[in-house]
Parts: sequence; C-alpha cells; structure tokens
Amino acid sequence: MIRVQAGLFDVGAELARFTAGRTDIGAVASFTGLVRDRHNGEAVTAMTLEHYPGMTEAELERIEAEARARWPLDDCLVIHRYGRMLPGEPIVLVLTASAHRAAAFEACAFLMDWLKTKAPFWKLEETPEGERWVEARASDDEAATRWER
Amino acid sequence: MRVRYFAWLKQRTGCAEEELDLPAEVLTVADLIGHLGARHPRFAEAAAGRGVVRCAIDQQHVEREAPLAGAREVAFFPPVTGG
Repeated sequence: MIRVQAGLFDVGAELARFTAGRTDIGAVASFTGLVRDRHNGEAVTAMTLEHYPGMTEAELERIEAEARARWPLDDCLVIHRYGRMLPGEPIVLVLTASAHRAAAFEACAFLMDWLKTKAPFWKLEETPEGERWVEARASDDEAATRWER
Repeated sequence: MRVRYFAWLKQRTGCAEEELDLPAEVLTVADLIGHLGARHPRFAEAAAGRGVVRCAIDQQHVEREAPLAGAREVAFFPPVTGG
C-alpha cells in the first residue's frame, strides 16, 4: 500500500497496524528516513519536499508492484510525506513483511533504492544562509543499479 | 499540450506550467526541449547537461528519444531527491 501525505506519521503505530491480526508473517523489515539538521556539514533548519501529485502515487505503485513481483511479500507499506518538515521528523517509512527475513530485508532495501531514484520528490533545504535545492547523489544511482536485471 | 516544470526548473522558466500548441515538427522529447529552449533560455542552459533535466510523459519517466504522439502532459524536472 502507498500513502502520500503532508502530515506526520507514527512509526510504532504503523508497525503495530501492519501486522495486527496476522499470524502468517514471520519477518517485518522497516526503514524510516528522517530530516537531519546538517547536510555536508552545514546547518539545516527545515526542509520542504515538493512532489508531482499523481505521478508520485503512480510511480510508488509501480515500484511496489516490482517489489512484490521479485520477492514473496505478505504485505508492503510505503508512506512518503511532502510539504515542510523539521529536523527529527520522519519523511518516509517502508515496511515489508514476508515469511522469512531475507525477502523482507531485500525488498525493503530495494524499495528505498528505487524510490530515491524514481519517485518524483525534490528537497528544498532551509539554512541560515537561505534556501537551496538538494542535489541528487551519484551514490543513490549506484545503489539503484544493483537491482537492475 | 500541458508542459509542467518542477523544483528549480520553475525558476528557470518563470512558471510551473504552460499550455502549448506545438508545431508539427516537434515529435520527440528532444524536439520539445529545443522548442522550449527558444522560449526559456535558462531552461535551455539547464537542459544542455543531459543528466540534469529529466522528463515524464503522462506521469511516466521517459528518455529524450520518446515520441510525444498522444501525450497530454509533459513534465520536466531535475533528478529526484526524495526518501
């Protein structure tokens, strides 16, 4: 399932709901991305995520479908926020459930790697010197290519 | 056709979107980039670096060779930085 929202989410509550009433799931892997207060050694006071409404949901659904095709997942949840957020706040949550840990771990990493290079979000950081758009990192492209086949 | 711009590309074009009637010779994304470059010189500058401006047709990522036939909405944006 995909959720794109402006509001905060509670990782613990999402995790509890994710497995509630399920007795077939043996493993849940999770990744939470948070806003940091520094970037390349410079202070960040807030961040605004712009996105492409419509394409964001469509792209995340394509990425989820790809993960489900590659691994035997019992369930999958991706929450991604947009709008303005403060250091310490969560930006993104990925939960994957499977019978065994390998599929859950791998699918979780895959979802994040693909999301970071395909989902149409752009980060605008607020710093004491003003605003700046975050540049894409070559290491994110490299991380995504390891899943190519 | 609607053309949309995201993130810092909006500052290069001065608008978030525009409605355009394209000349018949504009057949691909690459053609469209050339056409838009004449309207927005600072967009042309950004698009000259091939990796810096990405494109989607009707909300799907495409390469510059992609044909525009049937497209309702074309979007241009920098490499994504979510997650």
